[in-house]
Amino acid sequence: MPVFYERRQLVMPGDLLAENDYMTGENTYREDGKIYATRVGLVDYEERRVFVVALKAFYIPAVGDTIIGKVTEVGMSGWTIDIRAPYPALLRASDALERPFRPQQDDLPSIFDVGDLVIAKIVAYDRTRDPLLTILEPSLGKITRGQLVEVTPTKIPRVIGKKGSMITMLKQETGCQITIGQNGLILVSGKTPEDERLAIMAIRKIEREAHTSGLTDRVTEMIRKEKGEKEVVENVTKETRKTH
Amino acid sequence: MSSIMAARIKKKRIAQLIAHGKRLDERGPSDYREIQIEAGLIERAEGSARVRLGKTEVLVGVKIETGEPFLDTPNEGVLTVNAELVPLASPTFEAGPPDENSIELARIVDRGIRESKAIALETLCVEPGKTVFVVFVDVYVLNHDGNLIDASALASLAALLNTKMFNYEVKEGEVKIKPGYTPLPLRNHPVAVTFAKINDKLIVDPWLEEEQIMDARLTMTVDKDGKICALQKGGYGYFTTQQIFEAAKIAMEKTEELRKLVVKE
Amino acid sequence: MSQKKQEKLIDEKGTRLDGRKVNELRGLKIEVGILGNADGSAYIEQGKNKILAAVYGPREVHPKHLALPDRALLRCRYHMAPFSVQERKSPAPSRREMELSKVIREALEPSVFTEYYPRTSIDLFIEVLQADGGTRCAGITVASLALADAGIPMRDLVAACAAGKIEGQIVLDLTDVEDKAGEADMPLAYMPNANAITLLQMDGMLPGEEFESMVNLAVEGCKQVYQLQKEALKAKYMASKEAVKEEATEE
Repeated sequence: MPVFYERRQLVMPGDLLAENDYMTGENTYREDGKIYATRVGLVDYEERRVFVVALKAFYIPAVGDTIIGKVTEVGMSGWTIDIRAPYPALLRASDALERPFRPQQDDLPSIFDVGDLVIAKIVAYDRTRDPLLTILEPSLGKITRGQLVEVTPTKIPRVIGKKGSMITMLKQETGCQITIGQNGLILVSGKTPEDERLAIMAIRKIEREAHTSGLTDRVTEMIRKEKGEKEVVENVTKETRKTH
Repeated sequence: MSSIMAARIKKKRIAQLIAHGKRLDERGPSDYREIQIEAGLIERAEGSARVRLGKTEVLVGVKIETGEPFLDTPNEGVLTVNAELVPLASPTFEAGPPDENSIELARIVDRGIRESKAIALETLCVEPGKTVFVVFVDVYVLNHDGNLIDASALASLAALLNTKMFNYEVKEGEVKIKPGYTPLPLRNHPVAVTFAKINDKLIVDPWLEEEQIMDARLTMTVDKDGKICALQKGGYGYFTTQQIFEAAKIAMEKTEELRKLVVKE
Repeated sequence: MSQKKQEKLIDEKGTRLDGRKVNELRGLKIEVGILGNADGSAYIEQGKNKILAAVYGPREVHPKHLALPDRALLRCRYHMAPFSVQERKSPAPSRREMELSKVIREALEPSVFTEYYPRTSIDLFIEVLQADGGTRCAGITVASLALADAGIPMRDLVAACAAGKIEGQIVLDLTDVEDKAGEADMPLAYMPNANAITLLQMDGMLPGEEFESMVNLAVEGCKQVYQLQKEALKAKYMASKEAVKEEATEE
């Protein structure tokens, strides 16, 4: 049962990864008993399953995902939301209001207008129709403050970390509220812009080095170093003020 | 693109039959549908011909007019082939400027005639760099029931063979028409054969419903000496090298058969 | 514009005007991921050819009625810049460009898993900035890389190369001069894993007996182009990997 690459090696569409006894995982396909890669990425094996962690892939909606999107159109009974996927998402008024929708009285643009950002959940999606959203759950709704960071959707699991280890550390070290959209958008909301900057810097590092090990420690170190340096600068400024 | 889609069951049946070397209308994989050729039906044109290939019907008219030569061939006449998929030929054809299908069709037919040097363009020069004769070959599809390419190429050849040029003399750099006609001399007789690949099998002359389920098509145009003068693969699928070579062998035979229908010795 | 003494395309030693042997490919330079806005992009220089390809998608189809219920709509626009050829070409799409847009799309379609993204469109743009023969082949080669760069799942890369006949000899990868003066020109596109020919065209006059060797030569050329495509993809991702490695070791 030959396997033609080592773990974490770079593979490309059409590269032969394994034969026969292996099972096809993410970003692979089988033809005539042979398994090939469909995307550029790092190949890996788990028991008898071969898969490729794509270096670049766009988000495909999945029911249950929390996503962050932007309102692009206000319609008669709902809003069209851009969720950075091949398909636009729909948020119906009935899935946004706690009470029944009253078309004559409710002014949709005053609830969400074009350009507003929302955190929502996907409640329905299949091959025949565009994804349907809801915000009728706690911690969903319009985004009013904070900064948005965009990462390749395939890196999102890394930002979360094993059992949430990475994101818990980020929240602790930066004191920010961090909301992760499965579609590659992350909302960072901190007490100060400086805190937000630290969090964003950390996320960027995670995205760049997603495929390396020991990342959680390195990111923690980086944040602490940045905070430490800042404190030094502040102290120096205080000192200079004193002498004058 | 909406079309006269065959019911799914029928499509399955066609594919199954082909896997066993049979076709729905009982033809063999290398058999053409019944072909009828009629030449000279449009008197106003210098040449014309109509081909019925099964229910596919194509009319070609040839007009010859004076015009300017191309800059890089000042001593040669001009050949221009145009194809129209007239709306009455199929519910899928819309009126309007030529789409990619009619352009592809015209260019394949054009290639066959041009590359085989069928028309002696150098004899169509009136005044070098200024005036030459332009041969307009206009392909008019009247009914689409599959394999427009072969029908159009055959009709174009028949129309050219039927083409008579008006006699003329050149006076003070102008063409003056004289009484009488001379047949347009043709040096070569290119014929096109189109294959469809269905379920990994090659069939010749696909009709409409076979075209709707084919993976890919391959057209080969061969001249009277067995030289290939044009090739065009079309469709969303592919051919293996073996299939291409197999098609070439069949094409050599079939083009000879088809040529005999048009060129009477 | 015919000269009294025409230069030979191939000399007695078998060397062509640009110094190549009969079965030699022109020098290729490929870069992947060079445009900022496109979802995927790539650039190729092959001899004097300079061609850019970009992909947008899968995305919503506009106009909506063109959407296919069971797969993505692959659209392709092959276009030559007005300054790409000797005599300025009008920017309006010519019949040739429309035919090439169609055959290039049909050359790439078998490689893309369009069935994964129903009701979307994948839009491919190929811009020829400078042309010197074999632009549709170079265009396919670079468009295939743009699709891979966009993260669109594919069965295999599609590599393309033309073979032809000049002065009685079968040659690989014709320049514009060779194409115009030669006896035959045959562009071919190929997916190696399936031994699949996805583009095949020819114009000229070729005796039936020489057909097989010309096809085989073009396929060999495609296999060489395929290796170069893979190297270009590798180069792009290795570059980012190296940068990461450096940072990691610095700490």
